[in-house]
Formats: sequence, C-alpha cells, structure tokens
Amino acid sequence: MIGTGILKGLAETARNFFLSYVSKDRLTTVQYPEQRLPQIEAARNFPFLVYDGAEWDAGMRCVACQICEKECPPKCIFIEKSKDKKPDAVGKPQFYPARFDIDISVCMSCQICVEVCPFDAIKMDVEFDLPTDDRFAGLMLDRHKLSKSNEYYHEIHPTEATAVDTALDAERAKAAAAKAAAAAPKPASPAATAASAASTPKPTEGESK
Amino acid sequence: MIVAAVNAGSVDQVFVLAKHALLARTPDALQPLASAIISIIPLLVVFPSLFAITTVLERKGLGRMQNRLGPNRVGPFGLLQPAADGIKALIKEDVVPAAADQLVHFFAPVIFVAAAFVAYAVLPIGRNMVIVNLNAGVLFFFAVGSVVELSVFMAGWSSRSKYSLLGAMRAIAQMISYEVPLVLASVPAIMQAGSLSTVDIVNAQAGYTGIWPHWYLFTPWGIVGFGLFLIAATAESNRSPFDLPEGESEIIAGYFIEYSGFKFALFFLAEYLGMFATSALGITLFLGGWSAPLGISLFTVVPSYIWFFAKLLGFICFFIWIRGTLPRLRMDQLMGFAWKFILPMALLNIFVTGLWRFLPASPLNSIRWIVCAAVLAAPCVVLSMSLKQKKKLLIRTYHFAE
Repeated sequence: MIGTGILKGLAETARNFFLSYVSKDRLTTVQYPEQRLPQIEAARNFPFLVYDGAEWDAGMRCVACQICEKECPPKCIFIEKSKDKKPDAVGKPQFYPARFDIDISVCMSCQICVEVCPFDAIKMDVEFDLPTDDRFAGLMLDRHKLSKSNEYYHEIHPTEATAVDTALDAERAKAAAAKAAAAAPKPASPAATAASAASTPKPTEGESK
Repeated sequence: MIVAAVNAGSVDQVFVLAKHALLARTPDALQPLASAIISIIPLLVVFPSLFAITTVLERKGLGRMQNRLGPNRVGPFGLLQPAADGIKALIKEDVVPAAADQLVHFFAPVIFVAAAFVAYAVLPIGRNMVIVNLNAGVLFFFAVGSVVELSVFMAGWSSRSKYSLLGAMRAIAQMISYEVPLVLASVPAIMQAGSLSTVDIVNAQAGYTGIWPHWYLFTPWGIVGFGLFLIAATAESNRSPFDLPEGESEIIAGYFIEYSGFKFALFFLAEYLGMFATSALGITLFLGGWSAPLGISLFTVVPSYIWFFAKLLGFICFFIWIRGTLPRLRMDQLMGFAWKFILPMALLNIFVTGLWRFLPASPLNSIRWIVCAAVLAAPCVVLSMSLKQKKKLLIRTYHFAE
C-alpha cells in the first residue's frame, strides 16, 4: 500500500528526535574546542625535530645531513648547514642546522623525511591546531619552533619513542665500545675516527615504526 | 473587516481595536493609506521573524533527527544563530556575474520577496484580522503565487549561466506541474463554502457540533483534499522531498546559484515566506483558519491569532519532519507523481465533493460518509498499485565486453 514506507521513516526520525534528548550516547558530536577526543597513538601530521637533554639548541639530534631536504616530495624543508661543528648529546662534534625551516602550508604529511632520517632527528608531531593570522610567516616553522624534547616525543608516541631510544642507546654503546677498543692498543688514527663516525648511521628502521 | 461582533473587552480583538484607535487619530483624507500601512507593518515584522525562528528550528530539528546537536554556539542554545546568519549575509560580497543582465538580476529576488508578501494580503490570521477581504481571495492568492515562477525564471535567465538556467527550467517545470493539483485540491473547499473569499471559507468552518468543529478536514473529501494540498504545497515551495530545483547535495542552489550575500538570503526568505503562505492557505481551506480545534471554553477563550500561529507552527514542524525523513525524488518520479496520481485524485475529489453536497445529510450521514470514502479510496488503491514499478532489477551484463 502506498505510504507505509513513509510512515515507517517518519516513526524512525521521530524516535531519533526524542531519544536524542534522553540518551546521551546517541549524540556522537564532540564539542571541539572544549572537548577533545584522546589522541590515537598512530596520529601524525607535521614533522618536528627531536632534541635530547634540556636545551633545544645544544641537544638537537639533527646534523644537517640534508637527506630529508632532498627527499621531501613537495620540497617544504629548507636547511642551511653550519660552517662550524658543535658537540652533540654524546659530546661528539657535529655539524648542525644553522637554519631548518619547514613550510607546513606546503608539507603533505607524507612522513618520508622521518623514514629517511638516519639520526632519528625528525619525527611526526600530532599538534593540529596551528591557526595563525599570517598565512605565510605564520606557517613557516623555524628550527626553534620545530624543536621538541625527547620527553614530548615519548608523550605523544610512547611505543615508537621507546623503540627509538633503545636502538639509539645500543648504537651509542657500540660506538663507545669501538672507540674504547680502538683507543686501548694505539692512539686512533684520524682515518679510523672518520670511519667510526660514518658507521654511526643508524638503527634498524623497521622497529622504529 | 469591521464586524459588529467585536467584543470590546476581548484579548482576541486587541490588535483590531488598536488599529481602530490609531485610525481615529489620523485625518480623514489619510485614513485609507494609514489603514494599509498599519496593517502591513506587523506583517512585515511577524513573518520574517517567523522565518528567523524557523531557520533555527529547522537546523536544530534536523540535527536531532540525525542524532546531532545542531547549532548551539550563538546565544543560549544557539537561538541567536539567525542573527549571526543575517549579519553574515549582509557583510558578504555581492557578486554579480559580468555577463549578467544587471537589472533583471537585481529585480529577481526583490520580485520574489514582494510576491511572497503580497499573498499574505488575503490570509485571515485571526478573527477580523485580514488585510483585504477580497471576494476572489483564493484566486488572488494563486495569481500572485504564479509571479514566483516569473521571478525564478528571471533569476535563472538573467544570471547568464547554463547551470542557473537549467535550474530555473527544472524549478518552473516542477512549480507549474504542482500548481495545477494545488489549485484543484483547494477547489472542494471553495465548492463547499460557496465562496472564493478566504474570510467566508473560514467563517463557514467556524461553528461547532457539540464540541466538534466544522472543519473541512473532517469529511472524506476534506482528508483527501488536505493530503493532496499538503503534497502539492510541499512541491510548490520547493521543500524536501521535492527540492530538486535547489538540491543542496547535487546542484547547490539551482536557479539562484549565481547569487551571493544578501540577495541569496532574500531567496531563502522568499522561499520560506512562500511556504508559510501556502501553509496558511491550507489552514484556511481545511483546518478552519483561526478557529479553535475543540468547541470547549478552555480552547475558545484562547485568542484566534494564537490558534492560527499554533497551526502554522504545526505545519512548519511537519515540513521539517518530512525533510528529515524522505530522500529526494527523481525528476521523472516527481512529474509522474503529479500527473498520474495527484491530478486524477484531485479531479475525483472535486466530483466526490459534489456527491457529498447533493447526498442527503440529515438521516443517513454515516452512509454519505461511507459512500464518499469508498468512491475516493478505491481509485486511490488502484492507482497506487498500478503505479508501483513492476520493473525487475537485474544484474547488468555486457554482451560485447568479453
């Protein structure tokens, strides 16, 4: 008979209408600025630079190797390598980025920079509310804005950060042991030091994900 | 308009008395003009406010039907949302296409709104509360309503955009198709009242038998006529499920796609005003206009205009409910429904009204009821059965693809 389907539909919408005032679980809306859903661990949006220790300037893991800059598909990373070297977190002199800019209006969140970084220096952030009234300068993040502590990394991606830390510690212990072994018999030749520095690259990429 | 039955102490007549008091203070020469202005100004205030209330009601109601919250940011419970929308519409850029016919493009929304307002002139919104009691009021209403089609085509044509022109063609095809059943569905009420004047039609329904009102809804032809009127009114005011001319999800806004800012808001205003006006005509023709639904003193002391607006709000809520429920029709379904189902039923309904009129009422009212209901129900069932699509849906095979 004509119209029975319409009546069924009307009953359904009426039920939704009244029950949405009674039962709270029907309303799935999250009142965004006040309420936020807990972050999913696999969430990611834009890259940030990890530093060890307390000071972002001193503890930056990035050694300005520029691999991420070359690999970045939309070319949103700009790096200027330093002329001098500074001691890194473990005290070894390293180059550092004199400038490290990411234009997040260009970034496509592909995570390729993270995949290629041999030093675990660049990771994906989860902060998404980055509104600005200046769409050019406000979305161009410099190295100071990009730097976030290893503790922050642990906070947003605990599993991944622990895996990275384990790998890094193992790597550093191996390097220290090799250095000690090299130092014990005879004074290390400059060539050997360079070789050990070049072998530092890095962990097992698979487990950091 | 001035009726002897004005009860001086009654709240019901407070607006009528206020108008007379104001008119008494104006010089004689200015009285016709003053009378018109005093009648029109409340109309220009009340119905756009009702439009504002309806937009927020609609958005909240639809939200709840979809288990959402709806607008809740501006003001308490989001009730000031229409104000925010209005300010937004006013400060937006008014884009006019370079190739558009500037004059016609400008006048289309203006004429649309004006035509929507003029229709209110003949609608009695309370006892003795009608701007002009034309003796061809219903005819006037439909005549003015057809101006809407003109302004729709002005909007579509003057934009000089193929999309808006196509949208206008669709809108006009729909509006004309449904104008016919709309008029035919209201003919029975006119036949029964014996008058085209809206005031006379309401007065004919204002009595009570016991506590039951003499509304035309409570007759077999009244139920059918009201249903057909409701469907045709939904289509005429481009409401869901007949909102093909401006289906938001497919063709953005149809004929007014090239409008922005406040002109766009004017189209919206006019659509809603048109919906209110057709609803008000439905109330006038079938639901007894401003008369109370039961003849008991508790109901009849309530002022007539409150009953009118309560019924109008009922209509609005029903339209929102329908919009939240039904999916949009296809163009061929829309046309087929108008010409193959609604039109024959409306014509049959006119015949049944004549039958009702000439069958004896006093001894055998129930027999008259049954005869008329049967004459209406049988073709309705037959038509709805025969119009059901018997097409079998099969998996499509591509003979030449392999």
